[in-house]
Amino acid sequence: MKFIDEFRDKEIAESLIHRIQKTSTHSIQLMEVCGTHTVSIFRYGIRGILPEYIKLISGPGCPVCVTPNGDIDLAIALSRQEEVIITTFGDMMRVPGSTSSLQKEKAEGRDIRIIYSSLEALKIAKEHPEKKVVFLAIGFETTSPTIAVAILRAKEEKLHNLFFLNSQKRVPPALVALLQSKRVKIDGFILPGHVSTIIGTNPYQFIAKEFGRPAVITGFEPLDILQGIWMLIKQIEENRAAVEIQYRRVVHEEGNPVALKKIDEVFEKDEGRWRGLGLIPDSGYCFKESYKEMDVRNFEVEVEPPQEHPECLCGEVLQGIKSPLECLLFKKVCHPENPIGPCMVSIEGTCFTYFKFY
Amino acid sequence: MCLGVPGKVIEIEKNVAKVEVGGFLRDISLDLCPDVSIGEYVLIHTGFAIQKVDEKEAEETLDLLKKMAEAV
Amino acid sequence: MPEEKILLAHGSGGKLSHDLIQQIFLPQFLNPILEPLDDSAKITNWEGSIAFTTDSYVVNPIFFPGGDIGKLAVCGTVNDLSMIGAAPAYLSLSLIIEEGFSFELLKQIISSIHQVAEQAGVNIVTGDTKVVEHGAADQLFINTSGIGWIRPGINLSGVNAKPGDKILLSGHLGDHEMAVLSQREGFKFQGELKSDCAPLNDLVGKMLNACPSIRCMRDPTRGGLATTLNEIAWMSNVGIVIEEEEIPVQESVRGISELLGLDPLYLANEGKLIAICPPNEEVHLLDVMRNHPLGRDAEIIGRVTEENRKRVILHTLIGGHRILDRLTGGQYPRIC
Repeated sequence: MKFIDEFRDKEIAESLIHRIQKTSTHSIQLMEVCGTHTVSIFRYGIRGILPEYIKLISGPGCPVCVTPNGDIDLAIALSRQEEVIITTFGDMMRVPGSTSSLQKEKAEGRDIRIIYSSLEALKIAKEHPEKKVVFLAIGFETTSPTIAVAILRAKEEKLHNLFFLNSQKRVPPALVALLQSKRVKIDGFILPGHVSTIIGTNPYQFIAKEFGRPAVITGFEPLDILQGIWMLIKQIEENRAAVEIQYRRVVHEEGNPVALKKIDEVFEKDEGRWRGLGLIPDSGYCFKESYKEMDVRNFEVEVEPPQEHPECLCGEVLQGIKSPLECLLFKKVCHPENPIGPCMVSIEGTCFTYFKFY
Repeated sequence: MCLGVPGKVIEIEKNVAKVEVGGFLRDISLDLCPDVSIGEYVLIHTGFAIQKVDEKEAEETLDLLKKMAEAV
Repeated sequence: MPEEKILLAHGSGGKLSHDLIQQIFLPQFLNPILEPLDDSAKITNWEGSIAFTTDSYVVNPIFFPGGDIGKLAVCGTVNDLSMIGAAPAYLSLSLIIEEGFSFELLKQIISSIHQVAEQAGVNIVTGDTKVVEHGAADQLFINTSGIGWIRPGINLSGVNAKPGDKILLSGHLGDHEMAVLSQREGFKFQGELKSDCAPLNDLVGKMLNACPSIRCMRDPTRGGLATTLNEIAWMSNVGIVIEEEEIPVQESVRGISELLGLDPLYLANEGKLIAICPPNEEVHLLDVMRNHPLGRDAEIIGRVTEENRKRVILHTLIGGHRILDRLTGGQYPRIC
């Protein structure tokens, strides 16, 4: 497949590893922010072929993992209302809320449907005018414009039965929080390629300018990741700090202005609640006035206060402060078939990834 | 985040393109990427084209990687 | 028959049941063992060890590119018998039909069962039909049980794998599950994506003739190749290493998998098998497989190891490695 297979070439991969080994002289810790990078790194076994002194730590870029328990509980409470159809991306099905999950509720007969695109939620709302269709709007800036389009269309077509449970997040403010907290040593950032397709390079400049760390916007094929790592190492060795683009075939400095405009029409920045990281200013969105009627948080729903397992370490794992191996529940109680926290559910979750290795 | 896959634009009708990925055909919204022609490649995420794939940049990246491989 | 739809009375054992058997089932399945229509089939040519298996089929949608629930029901049971080294002989066929199901569709499915049973050389020798109220079943459920004689001198089992053995796969992964998913979701393709649903007994027969010391065969159905290999690694208490480069997957299956975030190693197949053979036999075995229509795209995909017992390790395209676990909880399409 074009633009995929060429970036999986074995010989080039081997030569990149070789270069990385020759170029790097320090022991360094690089954070890969994006969950899709975590998956790709795991899928190709990249950790195992990098030299030992280059450590990759996973950041909080797994939107499934950082969705607060309370939002899942709300989705579950909504699904229990007769007239509600819940529509969601597949990623959210198995995430445990305080006492249940969407998958379990579906087994109890609730109308919960997996969709591949926000536009399908629109379609379902049109097909069921008698129902209230709720779409779980979870994701980062890659997905936000697609949600904005669905909202704009719903408004245009005067659809009154489509609602959104807004749990979207913005990546750059979370990076600020991580860098400010200083709890984890990060020598460089592997930045999310597809988020950057939308937002471009500007939102990341503070990483280099204020915090003096190199950052490379990287694609997801193995050669992209290896080249991105090499570019970071080069900066570190040359004592530079800049935001560079490895993923040039789809990331431009200005991002995607059309997409950014759509987000801007519908949303404004707001504080975001991140599981494990708490409240981070500007890291979420809220609806602009004309679209507030689609916010499902206006519904009258009884939701019990969220509970988290006291021993669950997902929060610290998400920040790269602790490893799953330090969690008392890891493997003994918490495993893919019985996940206690989201880091074990999501295929991008650090705990899930570790479970496979240890 | 997030899953994005390059696909080839086969047909366009208003703001929807028929895009092909390995022989699999999908209707993809061009709302976020309106300036696209048949034969070009787009990056697909949740049923939307979110950016055109710049073939020249892709070639340049690969060329650079191949040169690096030869030099090692 | 005047009725166009299945009624509750068709499952009650009375006249309508009788008519159903005489007019729909018998003409397709007639054979000397079935003919008496006694409560049980009598099988008198008994020698050696038999293999006995059962499976139920609840696939939705019941028609999909490359097959239907009937074809699946026969192939599934024929293949389970074949994997243990038995030559499949006789099948039972049990139907649970939802009231209101179309006669026309039932006839199509019965005809499909007949065709593939003939192809596989098996006979349906006993059966049962029940009809349940509308809503109590999803259109049609089928159960097939099957027996066959285990070929003398053949000992196939998941406990037999030994370090040094080689692992072969008969063809492309994921065709069946993707064909069913595409039908359900209305996905379209350039060209065709069909289920690989097929009876494997003929291929297995030829493989066993060429290499009677094959240790184990399995068909990677639900849970896919990864789950099947994990089962064998556990049962035999060995390690397994497979090479990603060698695993055949069709372009269209790769395309959907990339787009939806699914992994072909975990997708169900209904016309593929893996075989584990002693070292030095794999080249000849591969040749035999590739000479058969159902094994044209066969590959040697890996080996059994002493180290990492009970684990399956994948050597990735770029020279790394990762641990392949069993499927846990089903694959959902993802956006991340």
